[in-house]
Amino acid sequence: MAEGVTVRARLRPYRVVLAARASSQTVYRANFVLDLISSLLAAVVELAEVWVLFHAVTRLGGLEFHQILLVFGLADLAFSLADLAFGHCDNLPTYLRAGTLDVFYLRPQPLLLQLVTSDISLRRLARAAVGLAALGAGLAVNDVAWDVGGVALLVVALVSGCATFAAMFVLAGGLQFFLVDGAEMTSAFVYGGRYAATQPASVWSRPLQVVFGFFFPMAFTGFLPTLRLLDLPAPAWLPTWLGWCGPLAALWAWALALLCWHWGVRHYRGGGG
Amino acid sequence: MRATARVYWRLLRAGIRRQSAYRLAAFGGVAANATFGLLKVEVLFATVRAAGGELAGYDVGRMSTYIWLSQALLGSVNLTGRTDIAERIKDGRVAVDFLRPLDVQAAEITTEVGRALFALIPRGIPMLVIGLFVGMAQPGSVAAYPLGAVSLLLAIVISVATAYLVGVAGFWLVETHGVQVFYLVVSGFLAGLFVPIRLFPRWLWVAAQATPFPSMLAYPIDILAGRVGLAGALTLLAAQLAWLAGVGGLGQALTRAGRRHLEVQGG
Repeated sequence: MAEGVTVRARLRPYRVVLAARASSQTVYRANFVLDLISSLLAAVVELAEVWVLFHAVTRLGGLEFHQILLVFGLADLAFSLADLAFGHCDNLPTYLRAGTLDVFYLRPQPLLLQLVTSDISLRRLARAAVGLAALGAGLAVNDVAWDVGGVALLVVALVSGCATFAAMFVLAGGLQFFLVDGAEMTSAFVYGGRYAATQPASVWSRPLQVVFGFFFPMAFTGFLPTLRLLDLPAPAWLPTWLGWCGPLAALWAWALALLCWHWGVRHYRGGGG
Repeated sequence: MRATARVYWRLLRAGIRRQSAYRLAAFGGVAANATFGLLKVEVLFATVRAAGGELAGYDVGRMSTYIWLSQALLGSVNLTGRTDIAERIKDGRVAVDFLRPLDVQAAEITTEVGRALFALIPRGIPMLVIGLFVGMAQPGSVAAYPLGAVSLLLAIVISVATAYLVGVAGFWLVETHGVQVFYLVVSGFLAGLFVPIRLFPRWLWVAAQATPFPSMLAYPIDILAGRVGLAGALTLLAAQLAWLAGVGGLGQALTRAGRRHLEVQGG
């Protein structure tokens, strides 16, 4: 009982801050509505980019549109949820340059946790809705085996995909301590990774297989689980049992991310303010 | 007249100098754009091959030109909708701009064009080098180069002038982040950044052309990749000029109306 109270008491500051951030976003009402619509549209446009290609040629990399819809749904929903929680790690360079990060060091909470709870972008929920819709549609139009294995694979893929994308944001954050001005470099694997995750990985050349297949394990977030789930033929370099290995990919991504984050935090020497 | 021209020339040079200060940022941009370029190569080449070697006038060579030129222009063409003027309107500094003996719109556009032109060097050239390694198709006639260069310049100015519209919406909205993200989302897609607009279904292709976005990317690249002939190139240039007149005129009108509407917050 007493323990429950202390946990709640410890979480209280985060809850209060998050609630305040959430309500502050609705102050400029017209802008907030536009924000929501824009986020929704952003995800729709990303789906449209995939659709247009499959409209021009019906089959790409061994997949048809209804199959890629499942890849897109899994990867995009996982990315949106990770973005909701960790997306504002992108703001780190702004804090670093302005020297406002020092304030975070003064508070008695872990730096990464503070950063994660420093903001919650409600508009990102709109984005997740599109991913969810695509996933639902993908599951409905494909012939999915609804046994225990199928459901378990779906859950494992979604959870580990989410963790993998979150790790990408943290990894990018860790690198920002060194890059500061070169912040754009990390969008190569954060947003480039999201783009790669929604593609049929079977069309990639060898260098991309290494980079986005394994080093930044994007193929594990959507493409591989889909192959396994729909029992599709896999390219030679990606045996279908890898579809179950999402958790391993997530662990690898987090190991990379935390290593980088700790290096970064130690490297930081203050803004001189 | 000459004095005015000199002022704008100085603003253009100031824009160039300002951009040249961020070298590491440019390097970051190159890394990101190269990665996206390589991903686009795989998926778009696979698309062309799946269509039997040619799709809507693009073979692999022309598609390569399309991809690497569009990546090269990303640092110069404003597809993000972010502008300095939006910030200045929000915090009221724009009041000072109105006191200066310069046209607010023309000054802002000139500075931004200066930045965009400089960005062609650190962000554009590396993409072309990668493109040359991958292999790019060249246009059929020599005339395509000067026409393409003019079209490219027009593309930059149109993008800057359109993004300016997003900024001045702030006279009424104050916070323009929502409009800016809207611009960001729509512009890339309709400009043909990820998929050339000629690959769109017909209705979507027509819809895209009813916006200024193809003028910012797709048109100059189609001229330089040799996807259109001489007559086609001239038509595209005419379309660009029309869009420039349209967005430029609208920007001027909004700036004047906004000046009367402006309410500087705080003291």
